[in-house]
Amino acid sequence: MSNTAAPAAFNRHGVWAIYKFEVARALRTLVQSLVTPVITTSLYFVVFGAAIGSRLAAPGGVSYGAFIVPGLIMLALFTESLSNASFGIYFPKFTGTIYELLSAPVSYVEIVIAYVGAAASKSIVLGLIILATASLFVPIKILHPVWMVAFLLMTAATFSLFGFIIGIWAKGFEQLQFIPMLVITPLTFLGGAFYSIDMLPQAWRTFSLFNPIVYLISGFRWSFYGAADVSVGISMAMTVGFFLTCLALVAWIFKTGYRLKN
Amino acid sequence: MAAVISISGVSKSYATGFQALQLVNLDIEKGEIFALLGPNGAGKTTLINIVCGIVTASSGRVTADGHDIVHEYRAARSIIGLVPQELSTDAFETVWATVSFSRGLFGRAPNPQFIESLLRDLSLLDKRNSKIMTLSGGMKRRVMIAKALSHEPQILFLDEPTAGVDVELRRDMWSLVRGLRDRGVTIILTTHYIEEAEEMADRIGVINKGNLMLVEDKRQLMKKLGKKQLTLHLQTPLLEIPEALKSWELELRSDGQDLVYTADGAGSIDISMLLKRLGELSIVIKDLQTHQSSLEDIFVNLVSERA
Repeated sequence: MSNTAAPAAFNRHGVWAIYKFEVARALRTLVQSLVTPVITTSLYFVVFGAAIGSRLAAPGGVSYGAFIVPGLIMLALFTESLSNASFGIYFPKFTGTIYELLSAPVSYVEIVIAYVGAAASKSIVLGLIILATASLFVPIKILHPVWMVAFLLMTAATFSLFGFIIGIWAKGFEQLQFIPMLVITPLTFLGGAFYSIDMLPQAWRTFSLFNPIVYLISGFRWSFYGAADVSVGISMAMTVGFFLTCLALVAWIFKTGYRLKN
Repeated sequence: MAAVISISGVSKSYATGFQALQLVNLDIEKGEIFALLGPNGAGKTTLINIVCGIVTASSGRVTADGHDIVHEYRAARSIIGLVPQELSTDAFETVWATVSFSRGLFGRAPNPQFIESLLRDLSLLDKRNSKIMTLSGGMKRRVMIAKALSHEPQILFLDEPTAGVDVELRRDMWSLVRGLRDRGVTIILTTHYIEEAEEMADRIGVINKGNLMLVEDKRQLMKKLGKKQLTLHLQTPLLEIPEALKSWELELRSDGQDLVYTADGAGSIDISMLLKRLGELSIVIKDLQTHQSSLEDIFVNLVSERA
């Protein structure tokens, strides 16, 4: 068989193959991937927006229903990025098909770009669908669209990276669920998705500032309504910091072959 | 002939302390079929996984077509295809999608015509739109081979290709391997079916407990270590070998009932001469049987002798 061409410096066919494979997986489970989060979000609107929200004072002049939209999108971004990316890399480890990835002429950077890129793409699409769904319930305005897109992209990329790390670390399905369920979900609920941390007593307010999620949600909400719990600069700095931390962890994983290679 | 894979001083010890390979040196020649024989746990799969990049060697160096598998992994891996022992497949994917995926993963531009002819060669074309989970074990094995060949590799590793495969598929597999070799693909297969190595291989390596014990041309190996035996069952037992037959390598067995003649290697036995001589001595033969040691006998001898 003929194969004399020197391999390219960047294996774009390889990256594209993984990306396509991962997106195809989402399309195969379209109901689970897209319809479920949309229904869940709609339920939040019915419960918090319409039923309870109508009795609440509007924080910062924004109706409560509209106020929770950025938080809900963030909530979906966190959980979907984590579950997509962690499952994407964990499943080949579980079925054994990882052998092919490890024996292929793809670099670690390419593997990360493909898996994290696919997971992030899926959660960004989902975030936009939730935004569209929300706009059916409440009036939405986006004061700073560039920042909004920047937060959306950075958060999707960061949590997909984080999910990728969890997927490599996990030794079983239980561990795969562990961090999203026991760490991320509580931090999100306590991170101001449904309220402004200004509403909290002083002690809890100070405590909340240790929760990294607060900064992500605050910054994202600022890009919508111009009001934030913490300054947007700090929010972006935290997002970038979290992203770089995950990147460093991934670099370490590939350098050592941690839970991938013997 | 040029070595297409060169393994030098490769050792592997796992974190548990288990020494899977000990200083293995091996050159695989371009275009040959090389069979790696050894019992379970001998280190066959570890050696293959090191060459393919799945396991990191503790020491030593491997090159594929001159490319170092660590520093020039792109060049090395793009010419290697691997069919692992386990049937690990993406159950929900179609045959076509999974084979196309593999081609892309290995850096090759899409080529539907090639994939189509590959699937045809492997009798998979009519299953191209079937999900892998609906296929039989033998079909899944073919899918794994198609994946490994999807990027047109020059070197193909087959780790236990016929384990748990029925006779028909095994024959198909053998003819496939020969066909690939005719097209210039170098093939390294592991097996513990000695019959398979005997049937297929040009050269044979025997590995046991992480040591590559010998590497030899198959015919040489058979010649060197194989034996031919002629057993003559006598009408009347002999007490001792007659003086006239002393020049032959003969021994008496079964209380003088059997006269056994052994020739080492592929040396032919001049049966007519021996029978004529026996006739002259009025030794009557009831029955006779010949036995040529198979690779299996050789292998069992080797492993038990040196273990």
